This record gives sequence, C-alpha cells and structure tokens, in this order.
Amino acid sequence: MSSQFIQTKTQAELEAIFKKDLKTGVGRSIKHDSADKQVSGEALYIDDKLEFPNQLHVYARMSDRAHAKILSIDTSPCYEFDGVAIAITAKDVPGNLDIGPVVSGDPLLADDLVEYYGQAVLAVAANDHETARKAAMAAIIEYEDLEPVLCVEEALEKKHFVLDSHQHVLGDSKTALANATNRIQGKLHIGGQEHFYLETQIASVMPTEDGGMMVFSSTQNPTEVQKLVASVLGVDMHKVVIDMRRMGGGFGGKETQAALPACMSAVIARLTNRPTKMRVPRMEDMMMTGKRHPFFVKYDVAFDNDGMIEGIEVDLAGNCGYSPDLSGSIVDRAMFHIDNAYFLKNATINGHRCKTNTASNTAYRGFGGPQGMVPIEEIMDSIARNLNKDPLDVRRTNYYGKDDRNETAYHQTVEHNILPEITEEILASSDYYERREEIKAFNAESRILKKGLAMTPVKFGISFTATFLNQAGALIHVYTDGSIRINHGGTEMGQGLNTKVRQIVSEVFQVEAERIEITATNTDKVPNTSPTAASSGTDLNGKAAQNAALTIKQRLVEFAAKHFNVEESQVEFNNSHVRAGENYMAFEEIIQLAYFNQVSLSSTGFYKTPKIYYDRDSASGRPFYYYAYGLACCEVLVDTYTGEYKFLRTDLLQDVGESLNPAIDIGQVEGAFVQGMGWLTTEELVWNDKGRLMTSGPASYKVPAIADMPIDFRTNLVESRKNPEDTVYHSKAVGEPPFMLGIAAWCAIKDAIASVADYKYQPEVDAPATPERVLMGIQKLREKAKGL
Amino acid sequence: MIQFLLNQELRSEQNLDPNLTVLNYLREQVSKTGTKEGCASGDCGACTVVVAELDGDALRYRTLNACLTFVSALHGKQLITVEDLKQDDKLHSTQQAMADCHGSQCGFCTPGFVMSMFAMQKNTDGYDKETASEALAGNLCRCTGYRPIYEAAEQACNTKEVDFFDATEVSTVDRLKQIPAGGASLSDGEKVSLVPTTTAELAQMYLEHPDAKLLAGGTDLALEVTQFHRPIGKLIYVGNVKDMQEVTSTEDEIILGSAASLSDCYTALSAEYPDFGELLHRFASLQIRNQGTLGGNIGNASPIGDTPPLLIALNADIQLRQGDKTRRLPIEEYFLDYKKTVQQSSEFIEKVFVPKAKLNQFKAYKLSKRLDDDISAVCAAINITVENKVVTDARIAFGGMAGIPKRADNAEKALIGQAYTEENIELACTALATDFTPLTDFRATKEYRTLSAQNLLRKYFVETESAQSTYTQTRVTAHV
Repeated sequence: MSSQFIQTKTQAELEAIFKKDLKTGVGRSIKHDSADKQVSGEALYIDDKLEFPNQLHVYARMSDRAHAKILSIDTSPCYEFDGVAIAITAKDVPGNLDIGPVVSGDPLLADDLVEYYGQAVLAVAANDHETARKAAMAAIIEYEDLEPVLCVEEALEKKHFVLDSHQHVLGDSKTALANATNRIQGKLHIGGQEHFYLETQIASVMPTEDGGMMVFSSTQNPTEVQKLVASVLGVDMHKVVIDMRRMGGGFGGKETQAALPACMSAVIARLTNRPTKMRVPRMEDMMMTGKRHPFFVKYDVAFDNDGMIEGIEVDLAGNCGYSPDLSGSIVDRAMFHIDNAYFLKNATINGHRCKTNTASNTAYRGFGGPQGMVPIEEIMDSIARNLNKDPLDVRRTNYYGKDDRNETAYHQTVEHNILPEITEEILASSDYYERREEIKAFNAESRILKKGLAMTPVKFGISFTATFLNQAGALIHVYTDGSIRINHGGTEMGQGLNTKVRQIVSEVFQVEAERIEITATNTDKVPNTSPTAASSGTDLNGKAAQNAALTIKQRLVEFAAKHFNVEESQVEFNNSHVRAGENYMAFEEIIQLAYFNQVSLSSTGFYKTPKIYYDRDSASGRPFYYYAYGLACCEVLVDTYTGEYKFLRTDLLQDVGESLNPAIDIGQVEGAFVQGMGWLTTEELVWNDKGRLMTSGPASYKVPAIADMPIDFRTNLVESRKNPEDTVYHSKAVGEPPFMLGIAAWCAIKDAIASVADYKYQPEVDAPATPERVLMGIQKLREKAKGL
Repeated sequence: MIQFLLNQELRSEQNLDPNLTVLNYLREQVSKTGTKEGCASGDCGACTVVVAELDGDALRYRTLNACLTFVSALHGKQLITVEDLKQDDKLHSTQQAMADCHGSQCGFCTPGFVMSMFAMQKNTDGYDKETASEALAGNLCRCTGYRPIYEAAEQACNTKEVDFFDATEVSTVDRLKQIPAGGASLSDGEKVSLVPTTTAELAQMYLEHPDAKLLAGGTDLALEVTQFHRPIGKLIYVGNVKDMQEVTSTEDEIILGSAASLSDCYTALSAEYPDFGELLHRFASLQIRNQGTLGGNIGNASPIGDTPPLLIALNADIQLRQGDKTRRLPIEEYFLDYKKTVQQSSEFIEKVFVPKAKLNQFKAYKLSKRLDDDISAVCAAINITVENKVVTDARIAFGGMAGIPKRADNAEKALIGQAYTEENIELACTALATDFTPLTDFRATKEYRTLSAQNLLRKYFVETESAQSTYTQTRVTAHV
C-alpha cells in the first residue's frame, strides 16, 4: 500500500501552476515515444529480445514451382544435420491447416498442391537458423508440374477468379457512352509493390501450461494471429496470448502475412515443447509473402468539350495471386476510389479478382484505393491531351460539387468537400500556372532534358468497408502515485499511434505525457481488436482510449464534487492539477484521495464508428464516415535520351482535420508520398516465365533512396479545418491518404513525355514509369507524332 | 588470432568461423542487437557500423555494412556500433539530431542512419546537402521520405562537439598500434582465414594456397556466404596489405594499388576525369565504396561491374602478379568471357595504370532504375580524340551489353578518320547496333539497352560539341 501523498506547495502556488498550459496534450509536435530508444539501439524488436534457453529456429523451404502436385516429401535427410529438432509438413499440423484471414485458401504448408513459386512446403526447426536452412534444403520433394497462370490478362480472359466479380452502378453509362460528345478507350497495367518493411516477418513463441502459447509477433493484427495460432493448434483462443510492442514497419504487409511465422513457430513449439522463433530472411520474405495487387484496367469514357465526364465504364482486374486473402475488400476499395475526386455521372464499375500462380497479394497502404485512382488520373490526362487543355483544368472541371454532382457510384453523398478551396491554396503556394508557362519555355529550348508538371488531388474514404471492423477497445489504469498505464488494440509500426494515444489521454486528464506509459499491444488486456489498418488506428483506438480516460475522469469529478462539496462543473483538470471549487491540488493528490475513498481507477473504453453502413448486395450505402483530402504538385526533369528522371520540386497539401501532432502527421504525409512515388517510378516487380520473382532483394528491387526525394520538398497541412464529424479531437486519419499524392509524380513524368509531341497525345506508359518505360514511351510518342 | 577494439574493449579471437560476418558476430556472439539485419546483402544499410582505422597518429572513421564484412577485416581496427555512442546516459549529438528532427518512425533503419551520420560528422566540417546525400545513399528508410533525415544530418553537422571518441582518440591510437600487424589468422578448425600485410607475403601465401579465395572488400564475395550459402573454406584477406592500397601518379599515369578502396581511388580519378568521379559517386553506396576495391571490381569480371568499361575506354593497363613474376597488359585483354579472365592460378591483380588526359574527351554514363546505389542496366564510357574536327581516336566501351565489359568495335571504326559531325555519330549509332546483342533481364530489355546505348553516344556528341554553358542541361544527375 502506497504512502500518503504529502503536499508541500501552498494553495496559491498550486493555483498558479493549475492556470498554466499543459505542454504535452493534443496538437503538439512531441516526438515519437520510442525515438530516444530507436536512435540509441535500445528499442527492442522481436529478434533483439534475449533468446530463451533451448530455443529453436525455423526455416521454411519454399516451392520452386509455380503450380505443381506434390507427389512426395522425404524429410529424413533433414535429420542428418546435428541440431535438427523436427521437420514438419502439412500432415503434422495438429489443428486446422488453413490460415486464410477471411475465407480459407492459405494452407500454412502446401498440402498436396503448390500454387506459387515461394510457397512454404515444409519447415525445419534446429538449434540455429543456418542448420535449419541447410536441413530444409536437404529434404527431397517430388513434384508433378501443372500449367501455371502467371498473367493477369490471361486470368481475366479465362475468368480464373479467386472470388466473384462485383459491380457499382450510377446512372446509365451505356447510353452516355453511345451519345458521347468525345470518347476515349484505353487500358493500363499498374504494377504491384513490395512492402519492404525494414524488419522482415518474425515471430517468437513460448509454450505455456495447459496447451497454451505465448506469442511475440510482429503483426498489425494481434487478434487474428491469436485466432489462427489457436486454430492451427486446435485450441480455444483463450489459450493463446499475443504480445506486440513494435514493428519495424508494416505498411499493410503485416496485416495478414504475419500469421505464417507465428503459426509455424506455434506448431513446432507444440510438437517439440520448446520455445521457437521464425525470422524470415529478406529474399524468402519477398518471395513468400504477398504484395500490393498489380491491376489491369480497361476503360471507356465519354466527355464533353469542356472535358467533363458524361459517362464511364471501367473494368478493374486485380491480380490477387493464388488465394483470396483480403482481395475481396481490396478490389472493392479500388472500385470505391475509381472516382477519386470526380463526379462520374453515369458509371459502371466492374471489379474482378483474378487468380494467378503468384504469392497471394495483400493489404498495402491504400488497400486498392491507389490502384483505383491511378486509372482515373490517367483518364483526366488523356481527356486533357485530347482537348488540348491543361490537365489540372480538366481535373477541376470534374471535381465533385458541393450541393449537386456529389453522388458516388456507391451512392454515398460527398459531404464537406474542401477540395475546391484547398486547390486554390496550393495553386497560390506552388505558382502552378506561372511554372507551367516557364516549363513550356524551358522545354522549347532544351534538347535533351524536358520538364513535366502535374497537380493531382486525393479524396480518400475513411473507415473499414467491412463495417463491423470499425470498433476498438482500450484499457487504462491509473496507479496511486498518479502514473498511468494504457493499453489499446492498435499496433505501433512507426506511425506514431502510441504517441498520439498518449497525447489524447494526456489531454483528457490534463497530465504531462511522461506520466503515461504505453505498453505492448496484448490480447489478454484488450481483446477482439481490429487490425491496425485502413488509416483507422488513431480514429478508433484514440477514441477508445479517450472514452476509457473520460470514464475514470468522470468518476474523479463525481468524487471530488462530493468530497469538496462543490458542483461537478466546479471540478476542473488542468496542467497536472485539479481544481474543486477553491481547492487546488496536484493530480496525484486527487488520485490518492480517490483511492482511499474506494473509487475505481481503472477502466476499459470502447468505440464504434457512427453513421456508417453498407449493403454490398445493392452496392450502396455510406461505407465511409468521412473523406480525407489532399493535393500534390510535382515537377520533374526527364532525360529524353535515357528515360532517367529527377524530381525537382514537390508541394504537398494534406487535410488531417485538426492535427493531433503536426510533426507526426507531416512525417506520415512525406513518407507516404515518397512511398507512392516509389511505387509508380522505380519499384518494379519482375517475375520470370517460371513464376519466380526475380526482384527478390534490395539489389534488384529499388525503393526510393535519399537522393530520390524531391530536391525542393514542401509539405503543408491544411490549417483551421476541423473534421466536421465527431472524430477524436476532430482530427482525420493520415496513414494512407497521402500515399496517393505520389500519383502526381507519375503524371508529371508523363507530362514531360507529352512535351516531345507538343502535348497532343497522352503517352502510353504503364506503371511503374521506370527509366526504360519512359524512354520507350518517348520513342512511341515521337513515332506517333510523325504519323508512323 | 585476430585482435580489434570493440569500442574500448580489446577482443582477441582465434576460433571463429572466418565466414562469420561482423553483423552476426555482434548480434549472436556479443549480444549487441542495436545493429540490425535488413537484407544481409549490403543494400539497405540497417547494419551500418563504423570502423576507426589508424591514419598515422590519428583515426580515420569509415562506415561499413556489417552484414558483408567478415570478422578478419576488423584486425587492428576499432569497431564502433550504435550502442557505443550514448555516453553517461546522454545521446550523442547525431542521435539527438535524429530524435529531435523526427528522423525515426519505425526505427529499424535508424541505428544504421545514426552510424552513417556519425561518420559523416567525423569527416566533415559544417553541412552541405551533397555530402549528406552521398553519406546516406546506402541507407534505406521506408517510413519518413527522408526529409527529416536530411534535417537531422544538418543538425548533426552543426552541433558537432568534442565527443567521447575524440576524447579517447590518443589512447585508442595507442592501443591499436600495439596490435601486431603480422601473423594474424582465424580458424574454426575447418575453415581458415589468413591476413598478410605485404604484397610479397600475399604472393607467397597465394602460391602456397592456390585454392584460397582472395578477400578484398568482400562486398561481392560475402554474398556467396550470406545469400547463396556457399561457405568459403580458405580466405586470404588482402585488406591489410598496405603497399597494395597506395595511389600514386607519374606525369603520364595514375597508379592505383588493386586493394585501394573505391573511396580512396575517387580523389585521384575524379581530379583527372570528372566523369569517373561522378560514376564512382553513383557506384553502390559509400559503405560499399569504403570496403570495395578497384581490383575486386575488375577481378570479379562481372559484365555489369562499373569500373571496367571506364578503364577499357581509358586504355588502362593492369599488372598481374604470381609469386615474384609480374606481367602488365591492357585491361581489355584481361576479360575473356562471362566471368572468365586470363588470370592464372595463384595470380592476382596488383596494380592498375590509368593514362592521364591528353586531347581526348572522356565521358561516362551509368543507367539504372534508381539513380543511387543501383546496378547498371547499361554503363557507357566514351573516349574520343578530335583533332582539326576529325576523329583521330575513339575508344567506346560498354557494360551490361555483353557477357564481358566490351568495346564497340564497329562504332569506333565508323568514327575514326571521319569528321566529328552529327551525321557521322548517327552512322556510328547504326554500327553500334551491330556491336552487341544484349540480353533481356529484370534490369532492362535488350531493346532498351540498345536504344539507350545509341542515345548515350548521341548525348556524348551533344555534350562535347555544344557550348559549355548548356552542359548541365544534359544530365538529370547534375541536379542535387
């Protein structure tokens, strides 16, 4: 039992402190809660934790066939290596073999059939990683090859799908196209993207009594890992605890894909009764795990002479890889974002989920949204070239209206649309039209190098489109010394969620953030968590933590009012101090008083997003609570002899509502932009004709490096625009929306290419616009201009 | 036995696997887990550590990729990791800068960035963006988009102060000097690593152990172990052969010891041929250039090594040595076929001779998906001499266009003796298409390789014919 709090300050001194502002509440740029530990190497990731005695290391042997029957597996050679504890195949999994997240289709280990090059076929556990690897490679696997489908167009043609196709309809696109003033048809390939989280997939487990399992997993989705570990072991979820302190990056890649190392380790730990760790090396990680879906898109669009869209039909074919994973929702989100910021008037949007013999593609920042937006931005550019207009003017012509022209193809009304106003802001700050003229003059003079300029908007829907996922829980304990411990259902992957939640609780209690400890996400503290995904981490968990804090605070208010015999309205919290009428006291003092008076100082908090609903059968509803808006303006310099390019300047303007932490939000905006730019420029995934991923490491797969950042890089948050919806302190989600600002980089490159044919034609360049695609696009355009 | 300082602690290691990397040594043998593995292939920089080496009576600080460095390379040096920077519970100024500027998000790349910044701070006075770009090009961050990292680099350079390493420099120098240079070796009973200190000793060792692999920087050889899982039984580490690291010059030529690191070659080569310098700037990353050697880049005989085409175009020679026997030959005669050279058993590259510039105009170009730290799809080196508007000599060499770095014979023939005009360059471009039948792979298609190779010749013409003022308008890389 703690000792009695002794106050040494006078009432006047306490009152003076009470009246000062708190330094660590919401709206302040306080640094990441782990920053000091990260820079000194003290922050522990799973592979850094002290190993358990007797610990096993796991290596999974991957298939070297894209599609084959497994005729036999002989694991006896594995046991010829010293230190090997066990070699397992699908037959050894005690519970359910399938670890598919929503629907089945993802066996932990291939069972009789391999469906992609890189699929785990068997796993070996040994005293060290290298022995496990050598032993796994010694196993003898006999295959009978089957014909693989590697091309998304072929899959679409053959209707080779992992899930059924789906359609959104607005108005009558058929008639609109038939009566088109102008009409363009086209197709486009959009590449996938490797997450390239710096920390590869990893889990470490410790068997516990009663058949349970303690699991340390680098996952965005602890509850799902809990469910799947329980499932592969054949035990109830209450036997399994997941602990997740921090990830070395996630980006969606650890939403479902983190389950494999956790489940594999758990199975081996169960079979051997030894602690077990599975760390997936970089190349294996890149070959084994899914990526952003590549898309193939066909479109047919009608527009008037101002460039306003009269009607549109689009087929969005997502390359899902071999299994459904999250592809149902991902292709849906592509469909939800084919409009981006534009009123389509008459639209038929078809979404297809193509099955190919590649790794099962998965969540990645934007979750299909980016693949929906790229085609509409391509269409905007094409309309502009066709009508000889500035692409930005065509974009603005098509913006959703405020009071009319504001219905989406899924029949949600676009409310609180701030794009027209913030477009004016960035037009002024970026000098877009002046620079457009300067660039035309430069291009007329410059023989080899050409400049390109583009400004593109983003309107991104916030909420999980699977409505039930929009819920979160939190648990707050206030201890008798006034220190606070929070747990919530979200996971920290670098995005600053814990820092923001800490600020929120700091704001509610009006105590400094240092008093608040955020602990590892843990399924035995907050159960049934939704994945930290869909940009929802702070919206959901911040609200849940706020609710938990408000519950405790209300108890304190009621207690203080009674104790000091004042009205509840006379009890106030400010700057780590509390006022009850004319009585001033430190926060820890009221906490002690409350404790001695038997007030509960612990509470859960819960939150579910209001207002949203969606009926997938009729493809209509309000799937999104609100939209986040943004704009990017990019200027690029392109070498027309080689296709190389360099980004000279980028201006970003992002709507984050009332920012909870401007430094963290700007970090999200800048990081997302560069990642989006990388997706559409240098990050090219290449498979060979056997279905093997050839770009399976950073030597061959090129994520942006430091000098790829735009030379002049300016980022602003939209100011003084609270989220009109009742979100946590009227902030907005920020994780994904700015990713799509990167589309401006791609459009700028195409603008530079278009200059070689006097902006008359839209260049035919698929994404990513690698130097090679740029040069070939230039070559094609020059031939077209010559009428060849 | 090898000996080195692990920060301040003298470590003497005898029975280690010579294939053990510094990264695994740190994480698994001494439980220092601040240094991270991001790729184990030297491409992400998460494992960056700093090595301090004797430079007279001072220390020279250099970054290395711990994942590609075998422990033998530490002999006689001080190894500094991210854990060593914080002193008395106070962050080092580079660490403080990264934290203050919001330079870490997920934090996994952060220790590597901190170490690159630490070395940069040690090696510079004041901040400039170009130096930061070079120092940090080998560190990938997936979260921040890099802007706050530039800001942190600036703060780090501007808040440089006397730190723990400066304060202990004299004693560190002293302690390193006490480590005997000669006689170092490592063996785990099966595999062995030898560490000669003179060229003569190396030559003798290689005669006695013709089955050994020469380990220079190891930036490619280490991949055999870390990526392809083919352990090397016998290693001779040449990094401590001081007399083979010398860079000197005469009136006519620059003489580069084959064990000189690419960083050390930079000054001499870029002064004579600015384009050689520009290419070296884009050659892998600073960590790799600090380790990797010119001799290694040649001896590796890869069709996509970046220095051989340049050296061929410059008509450089190499000197091979076997025991006491040496022979000097033009570098282009060294390459026979894909990964095949004229090198005999126990023979090694001792020196490289690069002729100094005369009337010739030398330009080099590297095409890759990413501008920095990427492998060339095409590397071109064009060295043409024009006298009285007539081409009197032309040496045009390419990497990435054939199984070996190779000259464009037909294109050269089409130019020599002809007027230096755009028409004749076009004829040479046509001829160039007959010189090579490049491959299609994940880096580029054969169509791109051929077209861009021709375009580089065209660009060379524009750059050498046009007025100097428009020169910067031909390369996107001129913009930083």
